This record gives sequence, structure tokens and C-alpha cells, in this order.
Amino acid sequence: MDKMPKWADVVLIPLISLILAAILSALVILGIGEDPVAAVKLMVEGALGSTYGWGYTLYYATNFMFTGLAVAIAAHAGLFNIGGEGQAMLGGLGVALVCLLIPWPHWTLALVFAALGAGIFGAAWAAIPAYLQAKRGSHIVITTIMFNFIAAAVLNYVLVNLLRPVGSMDPATERFPESVHLPSLHELLAPIGIEFSKSAPANVSLLVAVGACLFVWLLIWRTPLGYEIRSLGKSEPGARYAGISSVRTIMIAMLISGALAGMMAINNVMGEAERLVLNATEGAGFIGIAVALMGRNHPFGVFLAAILFGFLYQGGAELALWTSIPRELIVVIQALVILFTGALDNMVRMPLEKIFLAVRKGQN
Amino acid sequence: MDFLTIIQLLDSTVRLATPLLLACLAGLFSERAGIFDIGLEGKMLMAAFFSAAVAAVTGNVWLGLLAGIGSSLLLAALHGVASITFRGNQLISGVAINFLAAGMTVLIAQDWFQQGGRTPSLIGGGRFTPFDLPFAGSVSGVPVLGPIYSELLSGHSILVYIAFLAVPATWWVLFRTRFGLRLRAVGENPAAVDTAGVSVVGLRYAAVLICGLLCGIAGAYLATALQAGFVKDMTAGRGFIALAALIFAKWRPWHAMGACLLFGLLQAIALRFQNIELGGITIPVQAMDALPYVLTVVILAGFVGKAIPPRAGGEPYVKER
Repeated sequence: MDKMPKWADVVLIPLISLILAAILSALVILGIGEDPVAAVKLMVEGALGSTYGWGYTLYYATNFMFTGLAVAIAAHAGLFNIGGEGQAMLGGLGVALVCLLIPWPHWTLALVFAALGAGIFGAAWAAIPAYLQAKRGSHIVITTIMFNFIAAAVLNYVLVNLLRPVGSMDPATERFPESVHLPSLHELLAPIGIEFSKSAPANVSLLVAVGACLFVWLLIWRTPLGYEIRSLGKSEPGARYAGISSVRTIMIAMLISGALAGMMAINNVMGEAERLVLNATEGAGFIGIAVALMGRNHPFGVFLAAILFGFLYQGGAELALWTSIPRELIVVIQALVILFTGALDNMVRMPLEKIFLAVRKGQN
Repeated sequence: MDFLTIIQLLDSTVRLATPLLLACLAGLFSERAGIFDIGLEGKMLMAAFFSAAVAAVTGNVWLGLLAGIGSSLLLAALHGVASITFRGNQLISGVAINFLAAGMTVLIAQDWFQQGGRTPSLIGGGRFTPFDLPFAGSVSGVPVLGPIYSELLSGHSILVYIAFLAVPATWWVLFRTRFGLRLRAVGENPAAVDTAGVSVVGLRYAAVLICGLLCGIAGAYLATALQAGFVKDMTAGRGFIALAALIFAKWRPWHAMGACLLFGLLQAIALRFQNIELGGITIPVQAMDALPYVLTVVILAGFVGKAIPPRAGGEPYVKER
């Protein structure tokens, strides 16, 4: 018998963790001499008060959906993919190559192949740690961390020495051609009569990200492969006894994970910057960890958590603009969310379980 | 490359290897006791900030060192509470600690000093000054051995000597004391230690706190000796290089020193030369940056001597009933 009803596990615990993180964040804001209530008001207004704010919130959320799903699907297989950052960097390289080397007639075609390129590059970057985990038992957390740093060095080399236009000092590729420009939400919504801010970067990749959430949900809960992935994550000996190949399942789960992280690049590289710059990922790969933890590794949870973090990112940028609170406040909030929903999960869970058991005893 | 260049290169190797070595030994204590720690980076960063901040305000570097160690111990205790008391995921706790440090240091720095997330530059007593070994001045004229003694071995900050003395000390504690035997046992088979009537929780907390202490010194060294003040994200991945060195050394103290010196040398070369010409082939500087990580992956892959971590690493201990 479960100690707690399911709703408590899915809703109550994340909610309490979130409230704890929020209380501590408020204390931090108080500690640096600012007013938490005014800060929250400013964040809500800046991130959700206009279509401009929403445009940024959804743009960030698109990134986090991809990286959050990447962490979530690996977690279902019992693997902690901390390498989303590196995989997303390589995904950016894939997008840049697809957009620069081939003259695309229309953005739709370019988007399909750019997503493919990003996915392949991201998956390739996840493939070596996955193989080493599956075949040689090398700890995937350490290898993916190492691959993040190697990715940064590779990208630095490629941008400085290979893809930098002649005569440019900036380590970045040249601008992608106009034909691969992805329509922004403004361009998408204008024909159906909805006014949306022109300068916000949210674009059609948002729909791809939502599609990816659906895809992961179908894959995990509605396919034999998803069943294999979940069995492996629950118990490796159990999965092996059921005839599931752990090597094959680890490889597939990590390749999908890497591909999802890589596909983030269609949003930030192709949709927003329209060229590949150094540090294009801006830590989104790591935020995926917080998003997946918060969303309990469920695609719908990841979707909601990604929007929450998108809100925090855009709100945090507004705070940095209008108050003396630096943007790093968001990093602190992110740390607290990871701490409470991930590492200190039992701190919330243990007392709750006791309460539920006591209530149940009282009823009997 | 002439003799003096080599001496200078090795000299900067020693300087750059010091924070790696301290953090690596820190990780060694923690991981030998079965607590994975990917939060070395965060603890160093926190210590770097608080040591520089306190040294800047008081003008006393020793108070700075104490503040740095204190802040690092606090994060270590948090890691202990999450991963020992509440049996949480040690890796996730480490990730959280890294972000906490990255955010809080800039937030507090901005609040205290308003210089865009940095501390004022440290001057005078706010920094660790070079520490001359005896007769360093008088023997510098002796050919070959003179420069080696007076340039390479002498003239570092006191923390460098502490770091290198920590290597035999760690070896002695881990392999020649009862505490060390128990600490290693708790990382391999905590149930056996528990059966013997020794507290698993107590030992693991001790290990995590020693880790905090050493990370504190490493961070303080970065901000008050290697550089003069704190800047945002100044650890720049050193905590992860230390982690790489720890795996490279297969969790052994003397090998840790070797690995840290090797990675320090790579950093020194990357710092001094941009691109290196080797028989017509140019090695780009980015290859030097990536080499420690590539070497670690190769070692982890087990093609050249397999790295096997402590058996109970990463597993929270649950007492059987």
C-alpha cells in the first residue's frame, strides 16, 4: 500500500517545495535590502503584463521545454544526463551548418532539416557517454560533465578558426540567410487578428517544443520502448530478467535525450540570434535539470515548469533592469528549486507521509 | 625553449595546480567516505568570495581565510544534511550547491560593494604575500639548482606549501590511522562499519566537513593569493578539473598530486602559449583546454587502467531493521 495518495506525491510535494524555495528567495531579497512584494509585482508585470513580456517568457520556456524533456527522458531510464548544456551547444552547430551550407527555398523545409541536424548533433554528443555507461560502466554524470567542457572547447575552436567570417573579430558565424528566418509569434498571430509584440523572440519553435512534449508522453507511456525505458529505470536486474537489453535501452534513451537537448538550438540559434555565437545556450541545459525535477519528469509537468522558469528568467531580467537586484537572483531561485525538489525531497516527504499515515489510522 | 622559460612555466604550474590539489584532496575525503561531491566548484567559489570580501573589509587576509573556510563549511554541511540526513540524491545536491554559490556570491557582492559582482582589489595585508624559503636570495646565483630553489620552490604563498603538505597528511590520515581506515570502510561497505558499532553518519559528516575545509582553503587561495580579489565565476570550472583529477588519480592522494600537477601544467601552457607548433602541426589552445576532460573520459572508459570508485559511493545508507 502506498503511504500517500497519488495527488499528494504529484501536486502537494512539489507545491510545498516551491513554497519553501519562494520563502527563502524572499528572505534573500529582504537580505539585500529590497522589497520582495514589489519585486514579485515587477516580475509579474514584466514577464506576463504585456505580449512583449509573454514573448520573452515563452521564448525562454521553449528552450527549457527541450532541455527539461531531455533530462526527464534520461531520468526515466535511471540516468542523470547533466550534459544537456553541451548537447545543446553541439545542436547549435548542427543548426548553423544546415542553415549556412544549404540554400533553403522556404523556412518550413529549413526548420525540418535544422531540427534534424540539431537532433543528430546533440544525439552524437550524448552517444559517447551513453556508450561508455552502457558498455564500460563509466559513470554517466561524470562523463557528461566532461563532455560539457569538451563541447565548449570544440565550439570555441570551430567558431574562432573555421566558421568566423573573414575579417570579423567576433567569434560567431555570419548571419543566416533571410530564407531560413523563422516566423515569430507576431507574424504567426497577425493573420488571425491577434496583436502580438513585434520585438519579442518567441517563434514557431514553441509549437515544436509542445509537440516534443506530446511525443515524449506518447513514447514513455504508450509504446513498448517507453515501457522498456521505465523498467530499466525502476530496476536494472528486473528489466534484464524481463529480457530487456540494458545496453540497447540506455543507448536509445540517451540518444533521444541528447537529440531533444540539441533541438533547443532551433529556438535560440535559428529563431532568435539567427547566427551561432559563443555561449548561445546561456545555461539552459542546466535549467533543464531544475525543470525536470520540478515537473516530476512528466512531459506535462515539464511544460508547466518550463513556463514557470521562463517567467522567472524574463521577470529576473526586468528586475535587473529596474532595480539594483542582479540577474543572478534567478540562479539562486533555480538553486533553491533544485535543492528542495531534488536533494531535500525527503525533508518534505517524510513528515507528510507521517501525517497521512496518522490520518489514515484515525479513520480506521 | 630555454631553461628560464621552463622554470617559469613550472613555477606557474605549481601556482595553478594548488587550487586543483586542495579541491581534489577535498573530494578525495568525501568520495572515499561514499559521498559523491560535484559541488566542489560551488564551495570554492563561495570561499573565494567570502575570503576576498572579508579581507577587503578588514584588511586582514587571515580573517579572510577563516571567513572563506566558514562559508565553505556551511555549504558542506548543507550537502551533508541533504545527502546523509535526508538521504537525498548527492549529485543533485551538488548541482544545487554550485548554482547557489554562483548566484549568492554575485548577489552579495553587488549588495556589499556595488562593483558589478566583484570585490575591491586587495592590497597590502589583504593578500597572501610570497613566502621565501631560507637562503632563497643567497643561492639564486648558483647555476641550475639556484633558480630551481629560489624561483620554483621558494616565493609562493604559504597556502601553496600547505596544499602540498596536505598530500602526505591525507595519505597518513587515510592509510595509517584508525579514523582513515573507518572512513575508507564507510565508503566501501557502510553496513560492516555499522555492525562494528561505529557511526556511519558521524564518519560521513566528518568526511564532508573535511572536504568543506579544504575547498575553503582552495577558494581563499584563488581570491587572495593567486589573484587579488573576487570576480564573478572566478573558479572557472576548476572544481570540475579537480573532480577529473580525482578520477584520474583513482582516489589516491599521491596520484592526485601528480594529476593536479599535470592539469596545472596544461593550464600553464595554455596560458603562456596560444597555439603550439609541434613538428609542423599547430595544436590550438582549445585542445589544451579540453585535454584534462578528454584524458578523464579515457581513464573512465577503462581502456588505460580502469578507475573504480569507492563501492558505496552515491548510495545513501539506510540502517537495516
